[in-house]
Amino acid sequence: MSYKKASEINEKIGWRDITPGCNIYEGGTSVTVETGDWRTMKPVINWDKCKQCLLCAPVCPDMSIPVTAEGKRGEFDYFFCKGCGICSKACPFGAIEMVKDEK
Amino acid sequence: MGIRERLSGNEAVAYAMKQINPDVMGAYPITPSTEIPQYFSSYVDNGEVDTEFIPVESEHSAMSTCIGAEAAGCRAISATSSCGLIYMAEMLYVAASDRLPITLAVSCRALSGPININNDHSDAMSVRDAGWLMLFAETNQEAYDNYLQAMRIGEAVGLPIMICQDGFITSHAIENIELVETEKVREFVGEYKPEGGLLKAPMAVGAYATPAFYMEAKRQQAQAMMDAKEVIKKVGAEFGAMTGRTYGLIEKYEMDDAEEAIVIIGSSAGTAKEAIKELRAQGRKVGMIKVRSFRPFPSEEIVEALKGVKAFAVMDKDDSFNGHCGPMYAEVAASLYAAGVSGPKGISYIYGLGGRDVRVESIQHVFADLKEIAETGNIGETYRYLDVRE
Repeated sequence: MSYKKASEINEKIGWRDITPGCNIYEGGTSVTVETGDWRTMKPVINWDKCKQCLLCAPVCPDMSIPVTAEGKRGEFDYFFCKGCGICSKACPFGAIEMVKDEK
Repeated sequence: MGIRERLSGNEAVAYAMKQINPDVMGAYPITPSTEIPQYFSSYVDNGEVDTEFIPVESEHSAMSTCIGAEAAGCRAISATSSCGLIYMAEMLYVAASDRLPITLAVSCRALSGPININNDHSDAMSVRDAGWLMLFAETNQEAYDNYLQAMRIGEAVGLPIMICQDGFITSHAIENIELVETEKVREFVGEYKPEGGLLKAPMAVGAYATPAFYMEAKRQQAQAMMDAKEVIKKVGAEFGAMTGRTYGLIEKYEMDDAEEAIVIIGSSAGTAKEAIKELRAQGRKVGMIKVRSFRPFPSEEIVEALKGVKAFAVMDKDDSFNGHCGPMYAEVAASLYAAGVSGPKGISYIYGLGGRDVRVESIQHVFADLKEIAETGNIGETYRYLDVRE
């Protein structure tokens, strides 16, 4: 038998197909896990207030604030953002507002 | 033809380990299983095996060592008893849920307190729901034979396996034994070739399972335990073809026409056979079911063997302290109920705790009780202690 890939394991999988002990037979699979699913509050950026000081990006625990090669931050990566709000606290210009996440 | 020897049960198990030559042993000594890692460490020191022997600071670490090694794709073993086994308890569950076929030799001993180093089954029975396969031996020969079959069984279903024997009674007593030639052992046991393994390719062992996945993992684990019944019988038959000593889930002794029977585990089955021989000579239709595989529990086989008797006693060398019966009685009674068998009247006997001697007369006392129940139909107290002073 061959084991299911992490990308094939989701909440529809039956007991016969799940990997033994939920072992994962490959590496680097955390990129497939949508931790954004856990979010209740969501950061929203006001580009008019953002000075591109980049204090927000290094404090993000989920690498959800991408920074370009030119040194500019981009839009939040909501696939991983858990809505912790650290970026909002770190922003000296009040450019990041935490709002209720409507799904 | 095998090699005739005389060995203690501990030495026989250590010798089986040497013949198999596993990859890793993680162990911490505790009476009465201490001799197993002690003998084995001599084999390691003498260069007779290639095993990495890892002496650790506790049984919890011994089992953790085995989990790491087995997850890496190695054959990992340990040995323990009593408090050592329950100190491992947390990791026993992890080994089973991670589906790692570790082999653990258990020389069964009472649990504290009162503090006691002698034999009963309180240690093994206290971890009976950990998800391990559990085979019990009556004699030194069976302890050795069970050990040689253990890895084949565990690896086939992906579950860890305990090879239990009675502390001191078989672990330290020396008996005649027939060993299998080492080359035959290696051929029988074969190489361990797991599909995955930490040393082979990247993998995560012991993942977190949210409520959306945990139950599916457990259902699959339960299936492995069910599947093990056929594997144990198949491996036991193959072992019989090699040695002449065939094994199943249970052993029936004088059960064909038995009207009164006991269900028992371990060395006391030998004592019971003597008691039954004497009673049979007096014309009594008595018999015994010896449970070899406690996990998986041989429900169907026990029901089939017991359904025709008038009265039976389930002998537990430990107590559940549930206020009404021993643990094996509960499982036997549940098996009969589930099969719709209500004819036989059954009692639970707690016996042999903390090394209390189990004599031929002790077993005959149980059969005297069963005779009375069979004749009068009056079952009386179903929760009884054997050979306890009033």
